[in-house]
Amino acid sequence: MQGTLSVSVWRGGEAGSFQSYEVPRRGNQTVLDVVTYVQRKLDGSLSYRFACRVGMCGSCAMMVNGRPRWTCRTRVSRVASSGKLTIAPLRNLPVIKDLTVDMTDFFDKWAKAGGVFKPTATRAEDFAAIRPTDSKRRHADAGIECIGCGICYAACDVVAWKPGYLGPAALNRAWTLVNDTRDGNGAARLRAVAGDDGCLACHSQQGCQEHCPKHLNPTAAIAGLKRAVAVAALKGRL
Amino acid sequence: MSAEKLQTCLWLVQRISASVLAVAVAVHLITIIAAVQGGLTAAEIIARVGGNGAWAAFYGVFVVAAAVHAPIGVRTVLQEMTPLPNFFVNALSALFGIGLLIMGLDAVSILYRLGGG
Amino acid sequence: MRRDHPTWWAFAVHRLSGVGLALFLPVHFYVLALAIEGEARLESFLVWSSQPWVKVAEAGLIFLLAAHLTGGVRLLALEFLPWRDWQKTLVAVSGGLSFGAGLLFLVNAY
Repeated sequence: MQGTLSVSVWRGGEAGSFQSYEVPRRGNQTVLDVVTYVQRKLDGSLSYRFACRVGMCGSCAMMVNGRPRWTCRTRVSRVASSGKLTIAPLRNLPVIKDLTVDMTDFFDKWAKAGGVFKPTATRAEDFAAIRPTDSKRRHADAGIECIGCGICYAACDVVAWKPGYLGPAALNRAWTLVNDTRDGNGAARLRAVAGDDGCLACHSQQGCQEHCPKHLNPTAAIAGLKRAVAVAALKGRL
Repeated sequence: MSAEKLQTCLWLVQRISASVLAVAVAVHLITIIAAVQGGLTAAEIIARVGGNGAWAAFYGVFVVAAAVHAPIGVRTVLQEMTPLPNFFVNALSALFGIGLLIMGLDAVSILYRLGGG
Repeated sequence: MRRDHPTWWAFAVHRLSGVGLALFLPVHFYVLALAIEGEARLESFLVWSSQPWVKVAEAGLIFLLAAHLTGGVRLLALEFLPWRDWQKTLVAVSGGLSFGAGLLFLVNAY
């Protein structure tokens, strides 16, 4: 395959700039291949994250031409038709260096949204009998495949405009637990997602759903949380 | 009231007033489009609302719903798109709501009384 | 780009129309209250507003109102009814209805 790519990569921390590199095109090249080439052959000081490189771990999430994507699953031929590529660190998270961001806030909000399972059964009791076709279980199953890659968080404008907003991933997780009949933290969790920074701040822009590589739908989960919170408030249980 | 209860309350009130407005605005749009045929005159407006308890009541409810719905919406926009502190945003929105309520109910009562109501 | 999906545009239209309507409302109430100075005062305003450019501006306001209404009803459905995947179609339908309302007004205003 002939030709080169003109690649702009963010260098520096929060303050920094884009630096240009020329990368040879290859067949079936992914954006992660491009970043790896830059680091190995052109500039060894480039910092970036990856792990599985096969679309399972979510570590390689970055902004590619303005959209948050898994770089290992993004074919260059699909996004750089004009031969230009812009690669930046994930939006809405503090930049540590170059393409790596600090995920602390993202996971702290997970906990803040009540995203932790609280068991109610003891080892003396039998297994919980839950049908997979049970409607609550289906709602939970629709959201549990989240691997915490941060793409929905980066895509969300409300996160950008309201730094305290819990965000789509944390709220999606809270919804899966709201639908888990074995969990015992229901009331506190609803209170956690009902504040100004909770589910009520979502404007249903659906950027999260548009960009989620696992095709999850946090907007639907958040809509469910809104209903649950409203019902709890009306029943005086908030 | 806790912060969570207040936020949920505002959200619910916003949605409830939205439902009321959905009906009121639909009626209003149809009325406008029908009324504007052949030109709009003041006499026509006054004839509709003036002395007519039903129309006056309709517009009264319309005003109250709008005076509740608009400030809550404006509050969210100010919070997200300006660097203004929270207490200022809340105060501004509340004042806007009170202003709308006064101006709106004033307009309705003027038109009602003009028609001999 | 990150924002070029229909549901984002639905949000943008809803927010812009809401702000526009919020700014317009006090003006609307003020004009109606002009009637306190007598029917003639309100009538003279209405005569002024029968100019073509004003009518076009009013059609624009009708569009904003219809857009905010249809977008809002779509949101109420999204938040209070179980999730359905034909959201995007609803966006298109809302847009179409709003445009239709504005057009109907313009046609009737002449």
